[in-house]
Amino acid sequence: MIKTDIIIIGAGPTGLFAVFEAGLLKLKCHLIDSLPKAGGQCAEIYPKKPIYDIPSRPEILAGDLVDQLMKQIQPFQPGFTLGETAQEIEKKKDGSFVVTTNKGTQHQAPVVAIAGGLGTFEPRKPDLADLAKWEDKGVDYIIREPEKYRNQKVLIAGGGDSALDWTIVLADIAQSVTLVHRRNEFRGALDSVEKVQALKDQNKIQLITPAQVTALEGEKHLSSVTINHEGTSLAHPVDYFIPLFGLTPKLGPIAQWGLEIEKNAIKVDNSLDYQTNIPGIYAIGDVNTYPGKLKLILCGFHEATLMCQSAFQRIYPDKRNVLKYTTVSGISGFDGSRKEAQKSTIKTIE
Amino acid sequence: MEIKITVIDREGVSHQLDAPTDMAMNLMEVCKAYELPVEGTCGGMAMCASCQCYVLSDHPLNEKSPDEEAMLSEAFHVKENSRLGGQIPMDKKLEGLKVELAPE
Repeated sequence: MIKTDIIIIGAGPTGLFAVFEAGLLKLKCHLIDSLPKAGGQCAEIYPKKPIYDIPSRPEILAGDLVDQLMKQIQPFQPGFTLGETAQEIEKKKDGSFVVTTNKGTQHQAPVVAIAGGLGTFEPRKPDLADLAKWEDKGVDYIIREPEKYRNQKVLIAGGGDSALDWTIVLADIAQSVTLVHRRNEFRGALDSVEKVQALKDQNKIQLITPAQVTALEGEKHLSSVTINHEGTSLAHPVDYFIPLFGLTPKLGPIAQWGLEIEKNAIKVDNSLDYQTNIPGIYAIGDVNTYPGKLKLILCGFHEATLMCQSAFQRIYPDKRNVLKYTTVSGISGFDGSRKEAQKSTIKTIE
Repeated sequence: MEIKITVIDREGVSHQLDAPTDMAMNLMEVCKAYELPVEGTCGGMAMCASCQCYVLSDHPLNEKSPDEEAMLSEAFHVKENSRLGGQIPMDKKLEGLKVELAPE
């Protein structure tokens, strides 16, 4: 069991900044994120896109913003559970919460802050009849272990980076790799496009474009797919069909936690502290909603700050607390580090 | 500085919207401003296709950017007249534009 003061669900900019504000109040944080790295959308979807509305940053790349936040919170030594989705929450008798991920990792804290942004990123699924029936029986949306496909007949569908990258990786492992895409053009790093072209020229993979998988067949396990290629249908024997059409955000398991939800977002009390209808559970950043809500990183930072003050009072109801300025008080990291303003020199000039 | 456009939602209901042409808004944003069920998840970066719509009138639309082309090639329910609303800036040439929201 991982124990901390605040469990933060979602390691995007808002969740990361909450670690800093909590750290100033000597509260420790642990972040859970379904993606394998911190940064949320900024890192996963648009790391190379500039952001222009972060105060005092005329222009900053989303990926750089995440790097800077990670640097800023480093003294407060946050814990991370990455690549796992917060699945269940349970309230204990002592008022604390236990959050369990889909992989069974358990976390306990008196306060939970949901900074889940748009939700967990789930694979986009093609619109095919009986698709669900073949999941884990020949249809995979995520490649976790390439060895699984050794000596197997694999068909990958998609036209982006992940379709290209996995085609390249599996070309050496699988018995055969077929890449199907709706168009002749691929959107990916030039290097990957060229590698796939070379693999095709050497007959190491089969490329079928413009084409689309239209049906799935098999007995107990998938054994064949139907491909529509320029108007003709062809049956294509496969062991695995891997559609790689990118990720789409879904609110996910959080939606079942008994929180008040409005328009796919969690309702909070914005007149006070961004607490949800369940005391001790807060929601900050893009995941919450209230009258006048704006989904902006800078608003998430503000919400994180207020949430931490309230969390402190919840954790230490008897302790008096007053807002401190970092310019005056400096920063004392949990790692023993200390940052503070230089003292001025007082000296007589004779 | 407004044009009238028609948006048919996923239940087949037709909505007449007044779209400002001087606020640098695109079709996805106009739909959101009227609280129509357009998610606009990526905020208009042509990265999610949640604002996909079918253009029913024959207005002179701006050309698709390579990003929009690529996204539409990966999206579902794509038809000949599919566009991403987030990539259609509101312009006085679009007076009377008629679109239908694509399925989610």
